[in-house]
Amino acid sequence: MQAELGRRVASWYPGATGIAGATKLSGGASQETWSFDIVHPRGHAGAILRRAPQGYGAAPGRAAGLDAEAVLMQLAHDAGLPSPKVMHVLRPRDELGIGFIMQRIEGETIARKILRDEQFAKARPLLARQLGGAVAGIHALDRTKLPKLRTSISSNEVADLEREYRGFNWPRPVFELALRWLRERDPGPPPEVTLVHGDFRHGNLIIGPDGLRAVLDWELAHLGDPMEDLGWVCTNSWRFGVIDKPVGGFGSREDLFAGYEAAGRRVDPDRVKFWEVMGSLRWGVMCGGMMQRFRTGPDHSMERAMIGRRSSETEIDLLRLLAPRSA
Amino acid sequence: MQDEPTPTELIKAVADFLRNEIAPEIKGHNAFKLRVGINALDLVTRQLALAGESDAAELAGLKKLLGTDGSLADLNRALAEKVASGEADLQTPGLAEHLWQTTLAKLAVDQPNYGSYKREIGRDTPHAKPSSSGAAHLRGVSKDGRKFST
Repeated sequence: MQAELGRRVASWYPGATGIAGATKLSGGASQETWSFDIVHPRGHAGAILRRAPQGYGAAPGRAAGLDAEAVLMQLAHDAGLPSPKVMHVLRPRDELGIGFIMQRIEGETIARKILRDEQFAKARPLLARQLGGAVAGIHALDRTKLPKLRTSISSNEVADLEREYRGFNWPRPVFELALRWLRERDPGPPPEVTLVHGDFRHGNLIIGPDGLRAVLDWELAHLGDPMEDLGWVCTNSWRFGVIDKPVGGFGSREDLFAGYEAAGRRVDPDRVKFWEVMGSLRWGVMCGGMMQRFRTGPDHSMERAMIGRRSSETEIDLLRLLAPRSA
Repeated sequence: MQDEPTPTELIKAVADFLRNEIAPEIKGHNAFKLRVGINALDLVTRQLALAGESDAAELAGLKKLLGTDGSLADLNRALAEKVASGEADLQTPGLAEHLWQTTLAKLAVDQPNYGSYKREIGRDTPHAKPSSSGAAHLRGVSKDGRKFST
């Protein structure tokens, strides 16, 4: 990979003499992330490659596609939001597949470290408000400049989730209860359809000792109800044990909402609650999907298998939301 | 009748060896994978210890709720269908209690350290509930939760 990346680096990073330290950060069959340094007489520059290898261009149903991800990341960067600068969108002559190269932003994405390490102690009380401001900026991006994205509002999302769950043939009364709750309280089309990040949560946020540094991973970006992003980041599955701090285990809804409204946008708390319930059910169904792929697919790993046993975590969260026990 | 040691004893011996002797020697991504593997073995020992009683309680609860007989899988499917159709909901006497007990029983096996589970269990322990199967089951859990936690 180092040689492949180095071959044409000077064509998109003038003066570069090569690359060093290429390390694979993550990768499945369809998508890979690599970290490397661009070697330049004026000093090294940290970079990240996100790509689908040749022959894996077609995006599955919900994915925005890597070309769209690059456009969104750059739009966010240009709007002054915490987002890496896109350095290069891969072209066929790069022979690196489909994808893009972005600036590497130093910081932490692992929730347990962000929630427990001393170096983030000063950042933690600031994060919820910062996240509110950042996601408001995402929702305010000019729709006329956006790449082509699917549109999906609450009713589509409930139907998609129900279809996926039924496909498992794995009856779960708590999920049925949640599906009915969601159908009965479907808030309908939002007053304004906006860009939705779609996966705004721990793992996709780079945090430094100073707070939020970057929002990553636009794979699930779409047009829809902006309250979806606020509900998803409040879902208990992303609190990592700090269950009384609904925003990622570090902050309050009030701070998140205040940051959002300070950026000039309105919060609809009932819609946020709807999307939070949807978030728990969605994560539970996703865990089930990973269990199915463990059984039937090529990935026969322990990690996949054990994620199947995390669906029950979302069942207790759904019961706490829909059928709380009196104290 | 099979000989001893029991499956639980065998798995626990293997898990303890991996945890105490091997894990300190392993670095990087394989250390993470090893931890997942040890967690899986611990989960299996919890299931072997707890599922007999909790499955029996769940089956009894389903029979009572549905007023019919059948296997655990069949009755669970029947309940799911009733909830899906709206024939049963949170106003149905005993339904919420049944869902809570079966879900707590799953968490006791799957993830006894999960925050929401610990909170709900903490709710039960101070004022021990009357002799429902659920309360009996919960007492077993807090003991085993300590025993098996890593």
